[in-house]
Amino acid sequence: MLEKTIRGNSKYWGWLIFLLVLMGIGFCCYLYQFFQGLKITGMSRDVSWGFYIAQLTYLVGVAAGGVMVVLPYYLHDYKAFGRITILGEFLAIAAVIMCMLFVFVDVGQPLRIMNVILHPTPNSILFWDMTVLSVYLLLNILVGWNVLTAERKGVPYQKWVKVLAYISIPWAFSIHTVTAFLYAGLPGRHYWLTAIMAARFLSSAFASGPALLLLLCLIVRKVSRFDPGKDAMRTLGGIVAYAFVINVFFYLLELFTAFYSQIPGHMHSIVFLFRGLEGYTYLVPWMWTATAVAVVALVLLIVPATRRNLDTLAVGCAAVIISTWIDKGLGLIIGGFTPNPFERVTPYWPTTPEMMISMGIFATGFFILTVLYKMAVGVKEEAAGLS
Amino acid sequence: MYDGGKIITGLVIGLAILLFPFFYTAGKAAKAPEPELTPKAKEAKTCIEPTKYMRAEHMKVLDQWRDEVVRVGERYYKSAHTGETYYKSLQVTCMDCHSNKSKFCDKCHDYASVDPFCWDCHIEPKESNEGTKESD
Amino acid sequence: MGVNRREFLKIAGLSTLVGLGGKTAFELLAPGALEAREAPLPEGKAWGMVVNMHKMDEALMDKCIEACHRFHNVPNIGNPKEEVKWLWKDTYPHAFPGRENEYQTEKIEKMNFLLLCNHCTNPPCVRVCPTKATFKREDGIVVMDMHRCIGCRFCMAACPYGSRSFNWGDPRKAPEALNPGFPANPEYPTRSMGVVEKCNFCAERLAKGQLPACVEAANEEAEGAMVFGDLGDPESEIREVLREHYTIRRKPELGTGPNVFYVI
Repeated sequence: MLEKTIRGNSKYWGWLIFLLVLMGIGFCCYLYQFFQGLKITGMSRDVSWGFYIAQLTYLVGVAAGGVMVVLPYYLHDYKAFGRITILGEFLAIAAVIMCMLFVFVDVGQPLRIMNVILHPTPNSILFWDMTVLSVYLLLNILVGWNVLTAERKGVPYQKWVKVLAYISIPWAFSIHTVTAFLYAGLPGRHYWLTAIMAARFLSSAFASGPALLLLLCLIVRKVSRFDPGKDAMRTLGGIVAYAFVINVFFYLLELFTAFYSQIPGHMHSIVFLFRGLEGYTYLVPWMWTATAVAVVALVLLIVPATRRNLDTLAVGCAAVIISTWIDKGLGLIIGGFTPNPFERVTPYWPTTPEMMISMGIFATGFFILTVLYKMAVGVKEEAAGLS
Repeated sequence: MYDGGKIITGLVIGLAILLFPFFYTAGKAAKAPEPELTPKAKEAKTCIEPTKYMRAEHMKVLDQWRDEVVRVGERYYKSAHTGETYYKSLQVTCMDCHSNKSKFCDKCHDYASVDPFCWDCHIEPKESNEGTKESD
Repeated sequence: MGVNRREFLKIAGLSTLVGLGGKTAFELLAPGALEAREAPLPEGKAWGMVVNMHKMDEALMDKCIEACHRFHNVPNIGNPKEEVKWLWKDTYPHAFPGRENEYQTEKIEKMNFLLLCNHCTNPPCVRVCPTKATFKREDGIVVMDMHRCIGCRFCMAACPYGSRSFNWGDPRKAPEALNPGFPANPEYPTRSMGVVEKCNFCAERLAKGQLPACVEAANEEAEGAMVFGDLGDPESEIREVLREHYTIRRKPELGTGPNVFYVI
């Protein structure tokens, strides 16, 4: 099937070469970081996790979001999703690979990373995170590849593939729950110490993952002869709507607990994010932008007319992605570490090399995604007799 | 065979590149390393274990020591060979006798192209004449 | 060949999995750090420390910090963002947030407290470390194994006391002007970049029967300014000090069981 990826038009190759250039820049910046140390990033003794871990957290959500397509199709026989489960699975593969790359570049001694496997520590959530993410990657590769191969050959896929698909459904929930547990069990970080962290993570994942998937479907529809189907995309829109409403609701619940109880530890991080603390207001415009964009998303997703119209739905999904990314990809990590255990604020902002490395990793993910999608679309076009 | 000419040519070029290092160094065998002992080491007559054993196993010894010292707290090593008890420390015990790292440790390490990262943390002994050679 | 390609691949794959999984399963099932943490502290040494703030002053605290950092080759990085510190000072509202008192005595409010890793009885940092690079020894010390640390900094996120520092760069490349004669102690290693470090209650000194560097430095000037001893022994000096003086600990409500006590 891979031969489908080496035949494409100039736009395809142009896009891939562009991504390769970004990957190259990211790699060179990573070499700089490898030899100089993580001091080239904006992280500090107080904000010891930053942009890399934030992207990891966000992308685990995107990877888990694929289950929102797999679940209705395999468990509820929702046939319309049959056309796009493979796209969800391939998105999950690209997202998990990006997650692993973000871990690798964040770790201080990357050459020792095998220690996590050589010295397994079941009481450490990071150990479980590595385990569930690796297995999830494997599940999606096995299921996706086999289903696509079977489709290409025009035969039904083997029964064991369906078993793995069934396993991948609760597994998707587990990967983001475990990721939430990284944060939700730390006694000193009050912004994270909430029972609904996993619930917030999942709702955000099930909004952002399908939203991204929907945008990708629209792109696929534009650049190829494969049509994911209006029904599938509209249902996806409905899923994004529900998940995003729940996500916003959960955040409002956090605000209530913090501000009605008036406990300083609960309030401080939120005040830092939305009003500023000790004069540090650099995240305030970001958080309020996220809020405004979230309102736009809510309107576009809740109003049936705008949700049914694929153009306005696309805008709504983009708004969901922007808003959830700011919340999880910026607010969550920086807010969690601020103020520090001494009630002081140390500002954090990613440096240019840090962003270049991140961009390189995103480019890698999109490269893998493009190649896999090209393959999937090629197979589907062939199967439908369209190529 | 198809494209036989191109294949044979490619093979020849490939083999030439692959075997280049051997042609380049033909006849110039590098001398076996001769690590030098300091006067203190010579006086001690033997290391904590016989030389042959140390030569083959010192990496394993150090690897075991670092876990035993840091993780278990067992800091002393009783040698069956000499009967003495030693403080398990590369920096303090080993380098006390073998303080000429560049003429001792590095000799074999450089020859075998081994780059142990112990020295990233463990402080190399200061050598009087030549400065500490940075083993890359 | 009796076995065809598909079967061969199946056998090879299964053998690899068994081989790889075997070791992991063995370590997972073997009794280890998890159980050690769950079990109550065994009889014998349970190291703890009392810092008597009545006998401390700025100069003495600086002396203790100097002694600690010199002995352990802790570099002075020169900027608070990347600083590495095992022992440091901070004022009451920052050391004990949550014990706010608008009308606190001025002396307590303004003076510096000597802060370090609390070597908790129930340490969250140990709980989260994915490689057991930080672990709690039988004698209560929360140890850093620099050989194993992968620099993931999960422990730094977990520590509620901000006791841990990361080597963002090579500590040997810290500004020379700030670190004359670095490394000051040729008998103790430095660290490399990319690992986390913190106070280790001078485990290597304790093994030789010596007191921690900071305690020794304090005792030279003011006997009893810092008391170090076995909390598990009811007859020990530290237990007597704790019986006689009112002490506070940092953030005890978090259940970490800190073992550094402050006489205020």
